[in-house]
Amino acid sequence: MIKVEAIVRPSQLEAVKTALIDVGVDGMTISDVRGHGRQKGHTEVYRGREYTVDLLPKNKIELVLRDDQVEEAVNAILKAAATGKIGDGKIFLSKVDDAIRIRNQERGVAAL
Amino acid sequence: MTTETLSDCPMSMRRLFSALSGGRLAGVSSRNFLKFAMLAVLGLPVLAHATDLESVNAATQAAQSAGDNAWMLTSAALVLMMTGPGLALFYGGLVRKKNVLATMMQSFIMMAVITVLWGLVGYSLAFGEGNSFIGDLRYLFLSGVGSAPNADYAGTIPQQTFMIYQLMFAIITPALITGAFAERMKFSAMLLFMVLWSLFIYFPMAHMVWGKGGLLNAFLGGKVPCFDFAGGTVVHITSGVSALVCALYLGKRVGHPSIDMKPHSMVLSFIGACLLWVGWFGFNAGSALGSSALATSAFVATHFAAATATLGWVLAEWIKHGKPSILGGISGAVAGLVAITPAAGFVKPMPAMLIGLLAGVFCFFMVTAVKQKFGYDDSLDAFGVHGAGGTLGAILTGVFATNLVNNGLKDASGNPAPLGWVDGHFGQVFNQLLGVAIAWVLAIVGSLALLKICDMVLGLRVSEEEEVEGLDISLHGEEGYIME
Repeated sequence: MIKVEAIVRPSQLEAVKTALIDVGVDGMTISDVRGHGRQKGHTEVYRGREYTVDLLPKNKIELVLRDDQVEEAVNAILKAAATGKIGDGKIFLSKVDDAIRIRNQERGVAAL
Repeated sequence: MTTETLSDCPMSMRRLFSALSGGRLAGVSSRNFLKFAMLAVLGLPVLAHATDLESVNAATQAAQSAGDNAWMLTSAALVLMMTGPGLALFYGGLVRKKNVLATMMQSFIMMAVITVLWGLVGYSLAFGEGNSFIGDLRYLFLSGVGSAPNADYAGTIPQQTFMIYQLMFAIITPALITGAFAERMKFSAMLLFMVLWSLFIYFPMAHMVWGKGGLLNAFLGGKVPCFDFAGGTVVHITSGVSALVCALYLGKRVGHPSIDMKPHSMVLSFIGACLLWVGWFGFNAGSALGSSALATSAFVATHFAAATATLGWVLAEWIKHGKPSILGGISGAVAGLVAITPAAGFVKPMPAMLIGLLAGVFCFFMVTAVKQKFGYDDSLDAFGVHGAGGTLGAILTGVFATNLVNNGLKDASGNPAPLGWVDGHFGQVFNQLLGVAIAWVLAIVGSLALLKICDMVLGLRVSEEEEVEGLDISLHGEEGYIME
């Protein structure tokens, strides 16, 4: 089992969600996050006062998948989330030891 | 007015009218005359009897009163709408999220506190005929203020209508000041300060400019005739300059200017500013005190000034900072509305556009360059917009006021007197400057003394912990946004 964490632009979230569903991913967790990587924020001006906003709003998508699903899902995210500009986000993959379905205590891949 | 109108009529009509009415020309309004002439022409000379004329006269006056009263009650409601929700939303959006309710409450509570004060003593101190500086106590507890008009102020509407209309101005004026000390003043100290401020600064200033016998009242025997149609000196200079004194006396907010203090909701501010723009028609056009052509003229001037001031601020900002912002647009609109307030019932549309344009650029300069240079923390720019815009507007009123718009002031021979510089009366600019100076001095000295008193009695600022936590929770025990 692999956990996929993708940080994407809020503007791309819908496209990424649709792309994942199209390749057969049937569960995901999405949260609103703020942060920055190489994209260095922007400046806002209110009545002449400048404010630098360095933490930008992003969306984080978390999926836990069977090993054989991962490549297809990652490709789907890459295709849907990319605009080609700085600030498109990142994808992190990590191994997951176990999973448990709370309703009936199923474990492992069966719980996904 | 009667004789003027009659003199415009053909001689034959005048003779006819004179004969029909038994020579009773005095006191007959022009509308009566026309109505009467029509009836006569239609072959109904049966009405040509003195008693019938009186009844027609009474009916016409009743109709005019009904029209005027409808507009004035509407205007009073519009001006109240400027404070709540207009100003409350405008200011509420400009503060940080943790202070939105406290800021709205500072405006809203004025609708209750000043109302009570006005009924008990305020109206009398402002509009009772006292001396040059303050009214007397003839209307204490609103005694004698009923459905009969007060001919000194507005002869066609009940004095109660005039009283409730003027109350709405007394409410919004202290509410404007709250923008200067937003996010850091104790609620109790604010209440005490505003009650004292109304008693010692607003009521005297309103009396001086609008009260019978007031020092600056150009139309009711003032020694220094100053034109202030809807409150450039009374409302905007007194509140704006007092706001600067408050900002300086209370000091900066904790963390200013190093931490971020961005407006938390431009959407709220936008709605508030648009409500202010609409409400301002009640404020300025209502100040004609009747549903007259003068009200239309003030309405038009108000709208045109707001439009050019919006463009002035937005363009200045676009050039200086590279982007035209919503906040710039709505701030400019308010600045223009402030500046046209004293001039609204005296100027034509093109000068109104010029006044607005100048105000938009000038106030932009005040809240950006000047505020940053001196470093005072006028949180929401009550001084930069109301003090500066009100001063500019009051002076420009002396330049552009014309008797082509307002013929209420007569010279010795009964003709409309020249008003401003455009009428050839350059001296009016100095009268305006004197009025401005009196308003500034009263606001500075008075506010300083009253702040000192409130500081000694209650203390002005919340504790640093309360300020950091936010006034919504620390003062009111509530949160503005609970989203689950």
